[in-house]
Amino acid sequence: MLLSQSLLLSAILFGLGVLGVIMRRNAIVLFMCVELMLNAVNLTLVALSQYHGLSGQVMVFFVMTVAAAEAAVGLAIILAVFRHHQSVDLKDINLLRG
Amino acid sequence: MPSIHGWIWLTVALPLLGFLVNGLLALRRAEAKTTVSLVGAGTVLGAFVVALAAFLEAARYPLHEAVIVPLWSWIPAGDLQINLAFQVDPLSLVMLLVVTGVGSLIHLFSIGYMRSDPGYPRYFAYLNLFIVFMLVLVLGSSLPVLFIGWEGVGLCSYLLIGFWYQDKSNADAGKKAFIVNRIGDFGALVAMFLLWQALGTLSFTEIAEKAPEVLQAGGLTVTAITLFLFLGCTGKSAQIPLYTWLPDAMAGPTPVSALIHAATMVTAGVYLVVRTNVLFAMAPVSQTVVAGIGALTALFAATIGLRQYDIKRVLAYSTVSQLGYMFLAVGTGAYVAGIFHLVTHAFFKALLFLGSGSVIHAMHHAYHATHSHEDAQDLRNMGGLRRYLPWTFGLMAIATLAIAGIPPFAGFFSKDEILAFAWGRGEHDPAWKVFWAMGTLAALMTAFYMARLMAMTFLGENRTGVKEREQLHEAPWIMTGPLLVVGVLSLIGGVLNLPAFWPTPPHHGLDHWLEPVVAPGARFLPVELPHGSTEYLLIGLAVLIGAAGLIWGVRSTLARVIPTARAAPEERGLWKVINRKWYIDELYDEFIVRPLVRLSRVVLWRVVDQKLIDGAGANGSAWLSRRLGWVGSKLQTGEVGIYIVMFLIGAAWILHAVSR
Amino acid sequence: MMAAELAFYILAGGAVISALGCITQRNPVASAVWLVGTLFALAGIYILLNAQFIGIIQILVYAGAIMVLFLFVIMLLNLAHRQNDIRRWPMWLVGVGLLAAFGGPLLGLRGYSPGRLAAEVTGAAVYGDPARALPAGQAALKATQERGVVGAIADPLFRSYLVPFEITSILLLVAAVGAVVIAKRKL
Repeated sequence: MLLSQSLLLSAILFGLGVLGVIMRRNAIVLFMCVELMLNAVNLTLVALSQYHGLSGQVMVFFVMTVAAAEAAVGLAIILAVFRHHQSVDLKDINLLRG
Repeated sequence: MPSIHGWIWLTVALPLLGFLVNGLLALRRAEAKTTVSLVGAGTVLGAFVVALAAFLEAARYPLHEAVIVPLWSWIPAGDLQINLAFQVDPLSLVMLLVVTGVGSLIHLFSIGYMRSDPGYPRYFAYLNLFIVFMLVLVLGSSLPVLFIGWEGVGLCSYLLIGFWYQDKSNADAGKKAFIVNRIGDFGALVAMFLLWQALGTLSFTEIAEKAPEVLQAGGLTVTAITLFLFLGCTGKSAQIPLYTWLPDAMAGPTPVSALIHAATMVTAGVYLVVRTNVLFAMAPVSQTVVAGIGALTALFAATIGLRQYDIKRVLAYSTVSQLGYMFLAVGTGAYVAGIFHLVTHAFFKALLFLGSGSVIHAMHHAYHATHSHEDAQDLRNMGGLRRYLPWTFGLMAIATLAIAGIPPFAGFFSKDEILAFAWGRGEHDPAWKVFWAMGTLAALMTAFYMARLMAMTFLGENRTGVKEREQLHEAPWIMTGPLLVVGVLSLIGGVLNLPAFWPTPPHHGLDHWLEPVVAPGARFLPVELPHGSTEYLLIGLAVLIGAAGLIWGVRSTLARVIPTARAAPEERGLWKVINRKWYIDELYDEFIVRPLVRLSRVVLWRVVDQKLIDGAGANGSAWLSRRLGWVGSKLQTGEVGIYIVMFLIGAAWILHAVSR
Repeated sequence: MMAAELAFYILAGGAVISALGCITQRNPVASAVWLVGTLFALAGIYILLNAQFIGIIQILVYAGAIMVLFLFVIMLLNLAHRQNDIRRWPMWLVGVGLLAAFGGPLLGLRGYSPGRLAAEVTGAAVYGDPARALPAGQAALKATQERGVVGAIADPLFRSYLVPFEITSILLLVAAVGAVVIAKRKL
């Protein structure tokens, strides 16, 4: 039940996440918008697991786990970058210039 | 008994070895004159022995078909399979004997003539190389192989004409010969392309088979092919319009003039026409062109020879004129007559050139001894040399009688046959009557200018100078010996193809020998010799003209006092025009050479090369890639945020691609 | 059904508004709190969609652990007062463009009713009974009713997906060690 509505909501949340990634220059907020995108996908998986079986929920489980690990490592990296540049503004992180 | 024909490549390999050895010696030990002489002349003599053996075998076991001796595969490219292969058949054997035979004699002559020249080994190296290429030319079994020889002899001609290259005019003469030849070679190449496209083959035996079936007789293709081939011939064999290089080529050593520009290289064009006779027989338009230009050249060159004062120039124009006769013959369809005249001409022209070499050698020696700077080749400085060079005089007299067409000397038979065939064809095609008339007039002039040459050189009073006279003497035997041999050949050479009315056998020797070669063309073109009373009338007329020309020439030359070259007055009027070769060289220079140079310099160099190719092409593409690179470099901002956006753009694109 | 749908729409609206709040707030702490709001709303939706276990886990792990971690880092870096870190308007165009690019195909998903899904999965042109065409969903429902919420998901997790489960645990270990190593001042 509520399949099409859930999928629509997921699409909207995903789009908002993309918009956030493009619009924000703060590295941590950018990361949060990526988490938003991940959540949108989780919603899709859960909505469809109603019809395709419990594997969908198991996948969500794993997604959350990996998201947790990824958040830990990503934030550690941001910490290290901050120590170097004294800023998490993406404008200042440009050492890859070639 | 194994056939010697399989070993025919030895004739090429031996002189090639000579070239390598002599070349090496030229670079390392230029004083080793004896070795050079032995190797240089020995290899060519060896080649002559092999040629003779091949000829004798073919005489005993007649060749009905050509024997192809393949050496290796040269161009295997899909449908185009060209092998480096030699062809042993009656025609190539004749040419082989002429080239190696006359070649060896001239090598022997050169040992004496070039004895005191510092470039002795280099000379023999080039001369051997020339023999190599000439043999490749006559032995080649397909047009590309022939063309290797064709180009190679052109190269050696350039090297040998400009042998004394320290003098710029000699080097210029060499360049002129090569460049004018190249114009002709373009024609030969186009002909080869057309032939390949039409027949799919370039080997002579296959051309003779396929051409009558595939090509339409008298059609556009075969006419185009033959006309382009003939363009090549006009270049190599010095016919109108590409003959201008030959008189300048006299800048080279005299034996070179004898070998290359009389007996062998310049006859390559005639050989080519006879080799592809089936094509020419199928194209009446080309035949008229060939015969017409041959007759015209014969007449035109003869007129120039009437008033030249350099002994070698007279002979050069004589060669151009006699080559015209050969082309008149092959244009008429009388291929055997053309080859016959080629052979007899090789004999008496080589004799004339070698003899003049003897004379020049003596004059040089005399002027050198008295430190005089007079021209040793000017006829006006000679005279009465009969007393000092009796053998040379006698032998050159034989050659003069031969070229004038006096029986029983060789030239009578060959020249008479050509004119008779021309008359005979004139019964069908009226144009040929004109050609016959031109040929006969040219014969009169030939006799005249040769007699003039002999009179000015050997008869009358000596104009060389009192002191020099004491130094004049006959050449050493190494030089006079070969002269004797060709002298004998000029005397008896007519025996090769005696006409039917001659009392003694053998009759029509060359006709029978070359029959398998000319048979394919003869199917299209039966040519008749006039018989009976017409025949005798023509012969009588020819002899009469020859004799009259000789007598008139001698008498008119000796009638006046001839000044020496230094004291000679300026030419005037028509004689001046003739002396200046009808100003043809000047015309070519003004209307062809200068515009081409201007075109090259202004258009091709400044505009095309500098502005287009360098500017737009090389520099322009570099400029463009720098600009594009600059645009690309703007993408690499280094900002991670921008990279993430790029990431998303890529992901969006993939999403689109997958969701189709 | 009415109540469930009503609840869904309220929660969905809340999720969207919270997401908007997350991406537009200048203050990163505010962004984080709005995101927590979104996560709660989503958890509610999960419970409505018969994924109760996942919903609770969402609150415990996502909102409770991950977002706390985010907030810790924000506090640590003392970022609260940074100003004006939203990109200028040219990027808005790119953003909207990409939104359309991503959202466009995704909006096609709204047409998926259960019947249509069943039709696509079974390949039949006729919308049969979706419940019968998709047996896995029915089995899931039955398992939930028999063994309870946690028991139902334990079955696939520890049977079919055991290996990924173990690998994930190693992944967590690696991530923890890695985070410590990267973030330390001195090793």
